[in-house]
Amino acid sequence: MTVPFSPRFTSARALLVAGILATLTMLLSVLALGLGAVATPAAQVWAALWGGGDSLTRQLVLELRLPRVGVSLLCGAMFAASGAVMQGVIRNPLASPDLIGVGAGAGLAATVFLLAWPAAPPGGLPWAALAGAWGGFGLVLLLSRDWGGADGLPPVRLALVGVAVSAALGAVQHLVLVRAPDGLGSALTFLTGTVYGADAERLWRVLPWALVLLPASLLLSRTLDVLNLGEDLATGLGTRVNPARLLSLGVGVALAGAAVTGAGLLGFVGLLAPHLARLLVGAKHARTLPVSLLLGALLVLAADTLGRTLLPPLEVPAGLLTTLVGAPYFLYLLRRSA
Amino acid sequence: MNRPEDLASPLSTHDLKLAYGTSVIVPHLNLSLKAGQVTSIIGPNGCGKSTVLRALARLRPVSGGNVTLYGQALHSLPSKEVARRLAMLPQGPVAPEGLSVEELVWFGRHPHQGRFPVRRPEDREAVAWALSQTGMTIFGRRPLEALSGGQRQRAWIAMSLAQQTEILLLDEPTTYLDLSHQLEVLQLAQRLNREQGKTVVMVLHDLNQAVRYSDEIIAMRDGEVYAQGRPEDVLTPALLTDVFGLKAHLLSDPDTGRPYIIPYALTR
Ligand SMILES: Nc1ncnc2c1ncn2[C@@H]1O[C@H](COP(=O)(O)OP(=O)(O)O)[C@@H](O)[C@H]1O
Ligand SMILES: [Mg+2]
Repeated sequence: MTVPFSPRFTSARALLVAGILATLTMLLSVLALGLGAVATPAAQVWAALWGGGDSLTRQLVLELRLPRVGVSLLCGAMFAASGAVMQGVIRNPLASPDLIGVGAGAGLAATVFLLAWPAAPPGGLPWAALAGAWGGFGLVLLLSRDWGGADGLPPVRLALVGVAVSAALGAVQHLVLVRAPDGLGSALTFLTGTVYGADAERLWRVLPWALVLLPASLLLSRTLDVLNLGEDLATGLGTRVNPARLLSLGVGVALAGAAVTGAGLLGFVGLLAPHLARLLVGAKHARTLPVSLLLGALLVLAADTLGRTLLPPLEVPAGLLTTLVGAPYFLYLLRRSA
Repeated sequence: MNRPEDLASPLSTHDLKLAYGTSVIVPHLNLSLKAGQVTSIIGPNGCGKSTVLRALARLRPVSGGNVTLYGQALHSLPSKEVARRLAMLPQGPVAPEGLSVEELVWFGRHPHQGRFPVRRPEDREAVAWALSQTGMTIFGRRPLEALSGGQRQRAWIAMSLAQQTEILLLDEPTTYLDLSHQLEVLQLAQRLNREQGKTVVMVLHDLNQAVRYSDEIIAMRDGEVYAQGRPEDVLTPALLTDVFGLKAHLLSDPDTGRPYIIPYALTR
């Protein structure tokens, strides 16, 4: 009597999608590791990765190129995870670290920190970015909240205020950079969104944060699922909503803050990756989150690789390319939400 | 505070005050539910039925007084423990896109599971039972978006059933359903009560259904309890006039001997 219905989103499908994305990411990584003034064939890259090949190739691949690829992958994954977590907690499809002031706040704080304390220990930068991320986020919440209203944060208002605050913070950041002494200023331009010049130091800066926060975001998947049902149902199912929200937001904000110190603000990655993941594997976070991470990593690596090959010897910043793709999608979402 | 009669009552309120911001909706509520009964809350729109039901399920902060669950202060109990004893289906719930019925019903097991969602046999049994009780087994794998309003409502009820609580609170569970699906939900509530001894509290709009399917009626007006008791004692012409502003004929239901209400005029 009823037509048998085969579910669109299954765990098997999620595994398949994740497998394909992981394979693509690996292949692209090997390709990117061979790219440069002296191109290295994939076979030699592969050998170097496993400790073989001649020492010159090893040095080229492992010491010069690996950090850039590593930073691309990690920062892409972190922005994507941050977006997925925030969209879940705020229950707002337009929430994304670069659209709600988190990324811009982190960028500004990182810039000021580096200029004010050039001699500060390298581990301090992510903490400064974290503080800035919360500052930017707090500002957006403060300005977009309808204090009299009952139903919290309307998606479009949050996005509009977020974009405006981000633009303002970004402008201040540029101003600070312009006024900075020459050498220092140019060393900080990466904060506007590129993995160009990413070195081992930057990789080591983000790696510990990624190793803690990415698994933490995966552990949040069930909490996010329940929060996604809304406050009443989540409470009814025994979740303490406010602590759960705060914990999840803490992880989301920290992910974006740390990612900014690796590659600056990579526009719209945190918006695009989770949306694409939901289209591919559905709304359950146990599936959406891992697929988002992979998509974010792949997206940034692809953008950077493309940026390096489009107009050599010029390098188009990865953040510029992700923004070119993301902005139209954002506009589409805005129209749909309004 | 711990009166002996509260220990026997699944849910009681003591000088409960509920407010949204500065506007007080429920000034001073004292009521006590009876265990193992079907209780229906009736009253005009906006009189505070949902507000009270949500407070009974600790979904609303209280501005004064308290709610007790078998004599224990509800707000001081661990939320997860409460969720194993009391399930609440709010009015008009909304699910995130892309969930299937089965996935939704599995949420009902959340309070029973630990940190990691291991699917134990008793969890699977509870989900299968909840689906079959609501007639949703055949729709298990459908996305919620691909269901009719009535089927979707039954999927939500199934989620509450999967919680396997002794107390079940349902806010307008029959709204949006056609007449036969309304009866299905009401009979389900009655069956769960008769066969499993569950305490069921519903907000209903259809007075005749409330009379027929409830052991106890709570009639509310302007945030206060106007009357509480057996349907035949509560549903009087005076109540219909005072609470609903209706003039009605009261007949006798040939099956139950309880009143059957035929409104014929407004008094205001
Ligand atoms: N979120 C809210 N914010 C402010 N007032 C509310 C809110 N929800 C309900 N109210 C008000 O509280 C009163 C009772 O509402 P409610 O409990 O939903 O009534 P009922 O369920 O009996 O129709 C109404 O006057 C309504 O306007
Ligand atoms: Mg209501």
